[in-house]
Amino acid sequence: MSEKYVAAAYLVVFVAVLAYVAIIGMKLARLEAALADLVERVRARG
Amino acid sequence: MLFATAISLIFFWVPEDAEDPAQRIFYFHVPIALTAYTCFGWGAWKALRLLWKRTESADLESYVAIHQGTIFGALTLVTGSLWAKATWGHWWLWSSRQLVLFLVLFLFYCAYFMLRFSIEPGPRRANLSAVYALFGVVLTPVSFLAIRLAEDFIHPTVFTRDGPQMTASMFTTFCVCVAAMITLFAALYSIELAGKRVDERIRELREALG
Repeated sequence: MSEKYVAAAYLVVFVAVLAYVAIIGMKLARLEAALADLVERVRARG
Repeated sequence: MLFATAISLIFFWVPEDAEDPAQRIFYFHVPIALTAYTCFGWGAWKALRLLWKRTESADLESYVAIHQGTIFGALTLVTGSLWAKATWGHWWLWSSRQLVLFLVLFLFYCAYFMLRFSIEPGPRRANLSAVYALFGVVLTPVSFLAIRLAEDFIHPTVFTRDGPQMTASMFTTFCVCVAAMITLFAALYSIELAGKRVDERIRELREALG
């Protein structure tokens, strides 16, 4: 009976860390796109 | 590596507690709570650096530490609640002061974000956030000591004046788990901080380009 609570506790931690890493990954992808856009703008200026 | 070792020790090495089969939650629940306290303490230290030495970067560092602390705080509440349900048969006990105090601490830091994002970015926001973070850290020892001072004794106290009330294998596993959690905090803190700094630089660059 208690095994399901133990499993749930560890699963919650695992999912939270996974979600956090995914969010950070998405943010990094957004930063990369913003940086690429800035590079383009600087190049266009000559 | 530390996490793999911690999981292996918890499920394959440390003996099961016959009185409380859900006791395995302890190896993650307590280190997560300790990490939350560490995050809030680190955030307060950075806030103090901002107010005292006027270190500008300390504002962002304090914010990121408190953000991490709130995540670890939420995980403490969830894992604690699951342990409580398995052992006491209740998800939450309002009569237990230590639980309520940790909830108060968690909500206090949730309100930090409301304060921070209700003010325009600048020195005023940095100062007010720093003062709030310093007030919050006062609650941390209160919450920590409440587990020891509470009269209901429903929340287990493992570390007493006589040392840790557990076997050597349990204590070793616990120490590995604490190290794993603190390392996780350090890694996530560095990554989030680096991301926020790059974000700030990009914004400045965009403004400079017009």
